[in-house]
Parts: sequence; C-alpha cells; structure tokens
Amino acid sequence: MYSEKVMEHFSNPRNVGELENADGVGEVGNAHCGDIMKIYLKVENDVIVDVRFKTFGCGAAIATSSIATEMIKGKTIDEALQLTNKAVVEALDGLPAPKVHCSVLAEEAVKAAIEDYKNKQSKK
Amino acid sequence: MSTAKRIYMDHAATTYTHREVLQEMLPFFTDYYGNPSSIHQFGREVKKNIDIARERVAKAIGALPEEIYFTAGGSEADNWAIKGSAYANRKKGNHIITSVIEHHAVLHTCEYLEKEGFEVTYLPVDRFGMVSVEDVRNAITDKTILITLMYANNEIGTIQPIEEIGRLAKEKGIYFHTDAVQAVGSVKIDVKQQNIDMLSLSAHKFYGPKGIGALYVRKGVKLISFLHGGAQERGRRAGTENVPGIVGLGKAIELASGKLDESVARITGLRDKLVQGVMENIPYTRLNGHPEKRLANNASFCFEYIEGESLLLNLDLKGVAGSSGSACTSGSLDPSHVLLAIGLPHEIAHGSLRLSLGEINTEADVDYVLQILPEIVDKLRQMSPLYEKVKG
Ligand SMILES: Cc1ncc(COP(=O)(O)O)c(C=O)c1O
Repeated sequence: MYSEKVMEHFSNPRNVGELENADGVGEVGNAHCGDIMKIYLKVENDVIVDVRFKTFGCGAAIATSSIATEMIKGKTIDEALQLTNKAVVEALDGLPAPKVHCSVLAEEAVKAAIEDYKNKQSKK
Repeated sequence: MSTAKRIYMDHAATTYTHREVLQEMLPFFTDYYGNPSSIHQFGREVKKNIDIARERVAKAIGALPEEIYFTAGGSEADNWAIKGSAYANRKKGNHIITSVIEHHAVLHTCEYLEKEGFEVTYLPVDRFGMVSVEDVRNAITDKTILITLMYANNEIGTIQPIEEIGRLAKEKGIYFHTDAVQAVGSVKIDVKQQNIDMLSLSAHKFYGPKGIGALYVRKGVKLISFLHGGAQERGRRAGTENVPGIVGLGKAIELASGKLDESVARITGLRDKLVQGVMENIPYTRLNGHPEKRLANNASFCFEYIEGESLLLNLDLKGVAGSSGSACTSGSLDPSHVLLAIGLPHEIAHGSLRLSLGEINTEADVDYVLQILPEIVDKLRQMSPLYEKVKG
C-alpha cells in the first residue's frame, strides 16, 4: 500500500534525533490521535543549516517527517515556508488517501518550528 | 524488499487450508459436481457428502446434525442469528443484550437493529475484557429477547463465562447466541451442556477454506430465514450449496477437534514463552486480555510510546506477520474499540500488537521474534517524542 519511496524513508529515516540549543522547535499533533511530530532547527544567516525530527506515529508519519526534513535542509527560512503537504506527498511518490493527513502534519511541524525560531529572534 | 524469513503469527486473522482438507475438497470441483438438490446419482453422491460434513460439525460442538446450517462464513452466521431471531420474536420484545467488545459483525448488526426500533444494551467489560454475569442479569428486562456475547475475543483472546451466561439465559427463557468464530478449534464446546441456543463458526479460523461457516440453531428456536429462495438448508438458507467449502469445513472441524488437547497444549507453551520473553525484555509493555482465561494462541501487547502500524511494518521487514488495533490499521481515527473498552487510553491503545500463533509456528519462530522485537521497539522509542520525557 505504501510506495517504495515511503518504505525507503520509513526503513532509513533521515535526520532522526534532537538538536541541543536548537534555534527553533515545533511540535504538532497529539498522542490521542496517534501522531506527534517534533522538528528541531539550527539556523545560521537565515539558512536552515541543520534539522532533526522525532515522530510518534505510523509508517507514513515517519516517512513524511523524514522527507520534509530533507526538503528544508540548506534552504532559507522563506524557502522552507513554501513547503506544502502536496510537495511532500509528491516527493514520496504518493500516499494512500487515509494517510494524506500525515503530510499536512509534516508541513505544520516545519511551520511551527519556523514560527518558534522567529519568536525567539524577535525576543533577542 | 523481500526477505528470506516468513513467519506467520496472524492466525486469528485467518489460517491456511490444511493440505488434507484441500485434498478432501478437490474432487467436489471436478468429479462430484452434481447439484445436491438433484435426485439423480450426480446429485445424490454430493448430497451424501454434505450430510457427512453436517454430522462432523454437529459432533464437534455437541449438536444434532439437523441443527447445523451452512453459511458463507462467520459474518453471515452472526447477521442471521441476530436479525433472524430479533425479527422472529418481535412480538415478545425488542430488547437485545450484547457487549462493547463484540466483533463488528455483531456490533454493526445490533446498531442496524437499533435503527429498526430495537433497543440494545452494550455491556461493559472489566480491564481483562470480561463481561460480568451479574451485569447480564441486571440488564435483563421483560422485553429482552436475545443475549449475544462472543465466546472468545479476536483481539485480546479473553474467553467469556459462556456456561454461566447460558444457564442464566435458559432460566429467564431468553435466546442466547454466541459468536464462537475464534473459539471453535481452540476450545472444547458443548452447546447442550452450555445452554447455547445459537452459535456462529467460520472454517478459515481453523485451517479450513474462507467463505464458509455455519450457524448452529437449537431445535425449536424461532428464526426467520435470511436468504429467501430455494429449499436448501431445510428452506432456511436458500442457494445452491458451496459444496467444496462445506466438505472442507467438515474435514477441518473434524481434524481440529481430534487433536484439540494436544494442539492447545503445544501452542499454549509457545504462547507463554513468547509472552514471558516480551514482558521480561521490553519495559513499558502490557499484556492485553485475561492472564489465564484466554485463547491458547493469543498474545496481545501494548508497547507504550510507539504506534502499532510502524511496529507492524518493521516486523514485516524482518519477515514476521502480526496485526495491530491502532487507528492506522483499523482504518478509522480511533484505535480498536476493544482496547478502549478494557480501559486503555488512546495513546497506549495505538501501540498494540497481536501475535496469534498456529500449528506451523515453532520454538525457533518464537526465539526469532524475541530476538528482533526488543530492537524494533527500542528503535521506534528512540524516534518517539513521547519517550524523551520518560527517559528524562
Ligand atoms: C470474532 C469474529 N467474529 C466474526 C468474524 C467474521 O468471520 P468471517 O470472516 O468468516 O465472516 C471474525 C473474523 O474475522 C471474528 O474473529
């Protein structure tokens, strides 16, 4: 039911873990519904130089987190804000319909982490 | 990705058909193909074998052959027993008692009947998945016409106090139906001693073919026909018989009851080893279902901080087939109704794994699972934001 690309990211997820002293952290979802995604960003000169994720969830949740981190690494903040759930689904060669919400969660997690980064910046 | 290992631990979902069963079925496709309703020799020789199958099913559960009706599986048997007896006894009352942990074939049928004007009491279960006989007694009203409670649960394996409930139903003059789809072939059943009025069974859970089952209906039980048409099954279930399926069901149930004690003893041993190994080696783990009153082949766990589908996929990558009651695998937003009914919070119910053993499983299979499972659970926990907080 999952594409090879999904299974590849699921079996070898990229950028798993946490970042100490992250510049931005975003957490979305809840345990009640069965998925939580947490994304950590390291930002230098407006560029995402490093990113990590932790996810509680199904195969699609893990694969979308993994590919989303890959898609924003090395990008500027503005570029990363352009990430859409549709782009995540396409990059994974599609997701089964009931799993599309995982890609939405991935987009939201990235946006939440960026928002946290911006908040922290404005307080500096 | 293909893997050399193929370990099947999902026998509660379905089993393969025994070669011996298949051998017995095959001639009924090609050599003995007459319509059993025909009076010529082609029909008669087939009819004779349907009768043999009926006797085998009856013998296995302590019924009379004329009390056995073949159906297209467990779901049909459940639908027929519940709707058929509800409609037939509408003048007596409109109240049905069941439980919250039934299979959907029972639950959705009861929900349908609610729309038709019936009232249904869904009894709760305790943390082991047990229905209380006192709760059944207290739920009975003068409008109650049917008690339908599953013999053994498909997800957590808990076996209900069937004989006590049967006695109570008999004392009150209320029909008692049990969905024994998971129990037949794993538990000794005697419908007369246990005062069961109707019982559903399905061949593909005990090494018979899929799409064939039976409903036992005690003589004298009022039931409307489910499929109208020809006079098959004494006019109560129309349609030319699935002859190879019926023959296969008969053989499968005969084989299963013949070696019941031996098979239960061996599988219980494997199951206990599996449960003990998992509980000792993986922290933050619960065993779901009753510690003793459970199906021999059922091992159901919840691993905290992880989600069931990703656990299943990882096991599958290593060649092990299991199942889960997580939302992602149940196809809905909520995890399994059974796990919620035994009081598990959503986030824990999402992390369930059911391994159901069968005749092909060996010690070596259990050892392999015990070797790979702790690593898989740990890998997923290391990835889980819920686990961070626990590790501190
Ligand atoms: C308890 C229970 N009841 C009913 C069914 C439905 O049986 P069938 O698949 O033969 O329709 C199943 C099988 O999944 C079951 O486990």
